[in-house]
Amino acid sequence: MSLLTYDFVQRALLAAFVTGLAAPAIGTYLVQRRQALMGDGLGHVALTGVAVGLWFSTSPVATAVVVAILASVLMELVRERGSTSGDVALALLFYGGIAGGVFITGLAGQSAATLNRFLFGSITTVDERDIWVTVALAVVVVLAAVGLAPRLFAIAHDPDFARVAGLRVRGYNLLVSVLAAVTVTVAMRTVGLLLVSALMVVPVATAQQLTRTFKQTLLVAMALGTAAAVSGVLVSANVDVAPGATIVLLALGGFALAWPVGMVLRRRRRVAEPFSDDALDLDLGLELGHDHTVVPEEHGHDHGPDCGHQAVPHGDHVDYVHDGHRHAPHGGHYDEH
Amino acid sequence: MSEQVIRITDGGVVLGGRPILRGIELTVNRGEVVAVLGANGSGKSTLVRAILGLTPLRRGSVQLFGAPADRFKGWRRIGFVPQRTTATAGVPASVWEVVASGRLAQLRPLQPMRRKDKDAVREAIDAVGLSDRAGDGCSTLSGGQQQRVLIARALAGRPDLLVLDEPTAGVDLASQDTFAEILRRLVDQGTTILLVAHEMGPLEPLISRTVVMRDGRIAYDGPPLESFRDVPHAHAHHPAEHRAHVDYSLDVRTPVDRAAHHADGDGGLR
Ligand SMILES: Nc1ncnc2c1ncn2[C@@H]1O[C@H](COP(=O)(O)OP(=O)(O)OP(=O)(O)O)[C@@H](O)[C@H]1O
Ligand SMILES: [Mg+2]
Repeated sequence: MSLLTYDFVQRALLAAFVTGLAAPAIGTYLVQRRQALMGDGLGHVALTGVAVGLWFSTSPVATAVVVAILASVLMELVRERGSTSGDVALALLFYGGIAGGVFITGLAGQSAATLNRFLFGSITTVDERDIWVTVALAVVVVLAAVGLAPRLFAIAHDPDFARVAGLRVRGYNLLVSVLAAVTVTVAMRTVGLLLVSALMVVPVATAQQLTRTFKQTLLVAMALGTAAAVSGVLVSANVDVAPGATIVLLALGGFALAWPVGMVLRRRRRVAEPFSDDALDLDLGLELGHDHTVVPEEHGHDHGPDCGHQAVPHGDHVDYVHDGHRHAPHGGHYDEH
Repeated sequence: MSEQVIRITDGGVVLGGRPILRGIELTVNRGEVVAVLGANGSGKSTLVRAILGLTPLRRGSVQLFGAPADRFKGWRRIGFVPQRTTATAGVPASVWEVVASGRLAQLRPLQPMRRKDKDAVREAIDAVGLSDRAGDGCSTLSGGQQQRVLIARALAGRPDLLVLDEPTAGVDLASQDTFAEILRRLVDQGTTILLVAHEMGPLEPLISRTVVMRDGRIAYDGPPLESFRDVPHAHAHHPAEHRAHVDYSLDVRTPVDRAAHHADGDGGLR
């Protein structure tokens, strides 16, 4: 691993580490708000920002940050207005952003090839100053996403309730959107604008397969994102492949592995569930024979949502249609209802 | 003197260009348990949302605990159970996490949960009988159990005013009994309750007053009723030639009024 002694590899690793941490952290809230594609939309808009930077020969990253933040505020305001037009507004941003980017780059007298560095990332050309900006922004994003987690969670989960609880819903929503914009522009150097959304969403989707709580999801997603980003850089340092694409493919590989595991976990939970004590406790008050009879037949299986028998809600429990009559779980046996 | 917990004067709400609430006068005093009844679409949820500041008023004003709603600061004193939404969020969340968000009004940003916050959350989950499911994901619960989670979330803040929009919809009878007991205890402690419901069920003996909504107006406000159809038929019908009243602001008018206007004016447009 002598490659690791090179400065640019170390910088690339550090950049990958912090983006891998920050992108899923903020991405978790986007997924919770059902805005998984917002990162992608912001990425497209940031492209216009990059082009503006090229045009004025200033730092493309700085202009990208500004333009992406403006766009995120705009998107949040549109979202707040109502849900139906939000989807279309997102599409407008996508196409406006990418067309504006290409158009202005042309005006700036640069070729589209210049844009490639930003579209697909150029983690190995990250310099000292870029690194510190990246690290600082990522730290802010991670601190906010983790530190404010209970509030941000409650607001994304049920904005009405949060408002009645006196939380500044609009302020926090804007914060999430702006942090997403910042994250996108930070990740521009590592995975590139076209793939940044992947690093925000895929680790979250993977984590969801394995977790049951929001906090677990947030932390596992951050761990997975970091793992994918760092190993992606390591791979591309040794084999000649594009780092951004490698990072995203590794993240997707993680999802492909977690998905079947998640299926098994969910299935196991469901099988364990149908006759939770809840229903039985209520039933125990009734003596057997009160108004029902025990079914004498043998059961090859436990009735449950997966057993294939039609489930019929019946008062405080569920009956299962079996051979033309209804079975209700009761202690260790089934009653006829 | 009884403290006024909710007071709404001349309340009018317009949604999507249509008047939804008109001429609402409602006062709820400390310790009262007020049931709001009415047909689907009569404006019960809108009334609740207007009181809580979730839907803006076009006319009139709301006071909470004696303070104008826009300057009200005591949100921690209010517990809210919204009418159930079927959508679960895109990320898993455990029962504990959802109920814990009921404590946020008591905490500053970045402040971790204190022992008493955790106790309140645990107690609330206990109260709705979900303690063995506290760590489970909400999406694995049945609809009625999810409703109980929302009830627990409102209880966790130990509110002085509980506003509940159809809290027992889809909740089984046994759990409704438990819920009625919880409310009974809260009422004994002096909690004020505003409750939207279609069926009173076991809650009935708790109710101290009933308000019936009809087409965005309060059609009845008085001693408890079983159902909104029991409203005493006290109002007089207008004789056919009687001109329709326009007794609210001009920009808050129903299509019926508009038609009446036309009819009065030029006899057209019916
Ligand atoms: N956002 C909205 N825009 C336009 N109209 C609305 C909106 N929300 C509610 N309404 C209308 O307001 C009226 C009252 O709705 P509301 O939800 O208050 O009824 P409700 O009494 O709570 O009914 P339910 O028993 O079904 O809960 C309905 O006619 C509904 O169509
Ligand atoms: Mg309603």
